[in-house]
Amino acid sequence: MATRQTASLARLMRAPAIILLLIWMAVPLAMTLYYSFLNYNLLNPAGTSWAGWFNYQYFYTDPAFFASIWNTLVLVLGVLFITVVGGIAIAILIDKPIFGQGIVRILVISPFFVMPPVAALIWKNMIMHPSYGVFADIAKFFGAAPVDWFAQYPLFSIILIVAWQWLPFATLILLTSLQSLDGEQMEAAEMDGAPAYSRFLYLVLPHMARAITVVILIQTIFLLGIYAEILVTTNGGPGTASTNLTFLIYRAARLNFDIGGAAAGGIIAVILTNIVAVFLMRAVGKNLD
Amino acid sequence: MARAVSRNTRIGWTIAAWVVALIIFFPILYTIITSLKSEQEAISGFNLIPSFTLQSYETVQSQNNYFRPFMNSVILAVGSTLLALIVAIPAAWAMAFSPTRRTKDILMWMLSTKMMPAVAVLVPIYLIFLRTGLMDTRIGLTVLLMLINLPIVIWMLYTYFREIPGEILEAARMDGATLRDEILYILTPMAVPGIASTMLLNIILAWNEAFWTIQLTTTNAAPLSAFIASFSSPQGLFWAKLSAASTMAIAPILILGWFSQKQLVRGLTFGAVK
Repeated sequence: MATRQTASLARLMRAPAIILLLIWMAVPLAMTLYYSFLNYNLLNPAGTSWAGWFNYQYFYTDPAFFASIWNTLVLVLGVLFITVVGGIAIAILIDKPIFGQGIVRILVISPFFVMPPVAALIWKNMIMHPSYGVFADIAKFFGAAPVDWFAQYPLFSIILIVAWQWLPFATLILLTSLQSLDGEQMEAAEMDGAPAYSRFLYLVLPHMARAITVVILIQTIFLLGIYAEILVTTNGGPGTASTNLTFLIYRAARLNFDIGGAAAGGIIAVILTNIVAVFLMRAVGKNLD
Repeated sequence: MARAVSRNTRIGWTIAAWVVALIIFFPILYTIITSLKSEQEAISGFNLIPSFTLQSYETVQSQNNYFRPFMNSVILAVGSTLLALIVAIPAAWAMAFSPTRRTKDILMWMLSTKMMPAVAVLVPIYLIFLRTGLMDTRIGLTVLLMLINLPIVIWMLYTYFREIPGEILEAARMDGATLRDEILYILTPMAVPGIASTMLLNIILAWNEAFWTIQLTTTNAAPLSAFIASFSSPQGLFWAKLSAASTMAIAPILILGWFSQKQLVRGLTFGAVK
């Protein structure tokens, strides 16, 4: 089928996409790398000079940097834990013979379609607000003192919001995987007297292993870039209590106008993300053949 | 799972599933309810039955000119999706129907561009937008959103196109079909569902994008994601107003999303889970 003519036509058809993505990837990244070695502040552009490794050193010795790396880790792992465990449980529940399965499914996946600023503001104002939120109403009903979530547990509050947004994604993918499980195998195990937990442990979980890996890897890529949820709720505070790496770099670039520092942070973010990306690419690549 | 289960077990699971589903859906439901309350009602304690006033919707439109960010969202989401499809359809088509030895590497490389954290290129993109006058313009943001989602679009289209059997083309050729007939009567009808699904998912992703839209717009080109984020600064008691703006921002995409559940799995896992 691949005559010379169709081969050159195919090349022509691929070219625009490849060229666009090449430019999109190479040009900004090269610029970031270049800026990361400059003393460059937008408030004083005339004073721009070569900085060598100074920006990296500065970033590395800044206590906020380690706080932000720690917060990034806690945020990612916290959300992953809630969404994977919750996702498995809910996927199994929805897969049971229940009435109105279609509607249950729709209700469960809905949070995924809520844009991040809306999700964060709904939770901040209507659910977790210390005087008017639903949590406060519940606390008052039981005679307890309402909690000021974003002041006392800023990172946990953000984890809760982000987990709510991503739980549907995990559930949906795990449910898709669960539904491809061989029903006869399960029945055979049941007839042989295998109890529910060992059926789960030895049949269901191994079957879902691949889907769980994909959920973890894809979510990690997105979770490393959490931004809007922090911006509209805590703005990274109190102090740096809920500042992740993305937010720290945003602050350096947009609030301190420190182009060099933000660029150095950006390069660090690229390295961290790539470590995860390598694993994701392998998982996806296996499926190509 | 067409096994015989006792009615009681089934009712038990049904109740459990519905309780979980309603808890998860509750914040959205409560937002819709609150949008139908007056500001006074909205802050006077937990209440699931609103007075069904549309006052907040009117306020959002009259005070904030809601229509503008809404139109911006539509233009950005649909525009960037169409642009992406124009570039992606030929590319995915070529890779699916005349693959070369390097096709797999090219696909993996395209996927890798999606792994680049947005914040890593914040500085150069911000400066480029600032200097070329693209800041706060629809055209700048449309192109940017197109580039961000292009790898997903190509990948999704590729996984759909690859499922079109090549033998069908050979059979058509044997029957004397010309290239034009092939494209018009065989490939296009088979490709359209895949293209439609890809379009749907990409509109959802572009509509909900909230990093670049907040960084690169102020008022002129700000879509709903940036507009709603501006509500974070307290401006008195505004629960009902916020709820009305939120409901209008999420309703269209929520409905689109319900229709695209299956494609969502495929698109967001790059075909790794189907």
